[in-house]
Amino acid sequence: MSTAEERLRIHLLRGLEGEQSSYREFLSDLGGHLRSFFRKRLARLPDEVEDLVQETLLAVHNQRHTYDPAQPLTAWVHAIAHYKLVDMLRRSGARGLVTASLDDVDEIVAESDADAHEARRDLARLLERLPDRQRLPIVHVKIEGLSVAETARLTGMSESAVKVGVHRGLKALAAFIGGRR
Amino acid sequence: MRTDDLVELLARGPVSDLPAAPARRYAGAAAWAAVGALLPTAALLGVRPDLGQAAGTPMFWVKVGFVASIAAVALPANLRLARPGVRLGALPALLAAIVVAMWVLAAVALVRAPEGGRAALVLGETWRVCPLAIAGLAAPGFVAFLRAMRGLAPTRPARAGAAAGLLAGALAATAYTLHCPESQAPFLAVWYLLGILAPAAAGALAGPRLLRW
Repeated sequence: MSTAEERLRIHLLRGLEGEQSSYREFLSDLGGHLRSFFRKRLARLPDEVEDLVQETLLAVHNQRHTYDPAQPLTAWVHAIAHYKLVDMLRRSGARGLVTASLDDVDEIVAESDADAHEARRDLARLLERLPDRQRLPIVHVKIEGLSVAETARLTGMSESAVKVGVHRGLKALAAFIGGRR
Repeated sequence: MRTDDLVELLARGPVSDLPAAPARRYAGAAAWAAVGALLPTAALLGVRPDLGQAAGTPMFWVKVGFVASIAAVALPANLRLARPGVRLGALPALLAAIVVAMWVLAAVALVRAPEGGRAALVLGETWRVCPLAIAGLAAPGFVAFLRAMRGLAPTRPARAGAAAGLLAGALAATAYTLHCPESQAPFLAVWYLLGILAPAAAGALAGPRLLRW
């Protein structure tokens, strides 16, 4: 097990237990690894890299309940990154343009790249397309940093509706990106 | 939105509030599948009147064991396919072994049968309804398991759909044993298998459309 894997894993597990700073660290680290992984494989589609990093981070977050702590984290992350990369290539009709093998699981954490370019797709714009019951919880809880209780009071929604709104809204965002809505 | 901002956004709020894990989703779906197969079996088809007597014969238990063991392989296959990066391991081989074992039993029964009696062993008295009944009983489970899978993260959607259909089919066949009067191996090896594979094939076709995330 590599040290990168161990580091990511610890931060993810702590994050899932509720330590926000660990979870942020996990996503930020993972973003660097994904960027490096995608840049190498999308040398002929460099403009797609940052969008794909964001799309994959969103997928990792939305599907975080499918990580089994007994499982190597690299295998889980690699499978998600692979799936999102192939999905993007199919959408853009560019299947043959991959410039390095996708199959080596350990490659996913081999290198890191902190040099983020501008994403072409603006997630903030997509957010505006969500219905209020999803958009407002995301804006208040995830962007403004209010608590679930405060958001519930502000919007007149129940606390569980706020949580559901955040979850469904982020999934809907992923569906917009994937052209499924 | 910059990637750093997205990271901030995702990390904020009740991150440890997780959606239901695969096993819990499947437990709920399995309850729907069981009710959805048992209720019509009892209410529409009717439990066979000689069930108590049949339960005393070994072939009845071969039949139940055959379909229940397919379900017992299909369930972990679903749970593995629902998680990115988890391999199926020996499960496909195990499934193949169950089917081959039933085919061997069928072949032995056919070889031993008298010249003119072989067709009757294969067709039984209910070959026309058996696969249709199993596939029909599998419908509620089919919907329930695909829904459960949709809330998870299958990276191989055709296989995931097939596994969901296989599980629904095998559970439906298990319920159908309460009604079905047949117990000869050649019948099971053909018609039960067909009834179970039909929803699996439907799942394989539906998976790539329904299970994207």
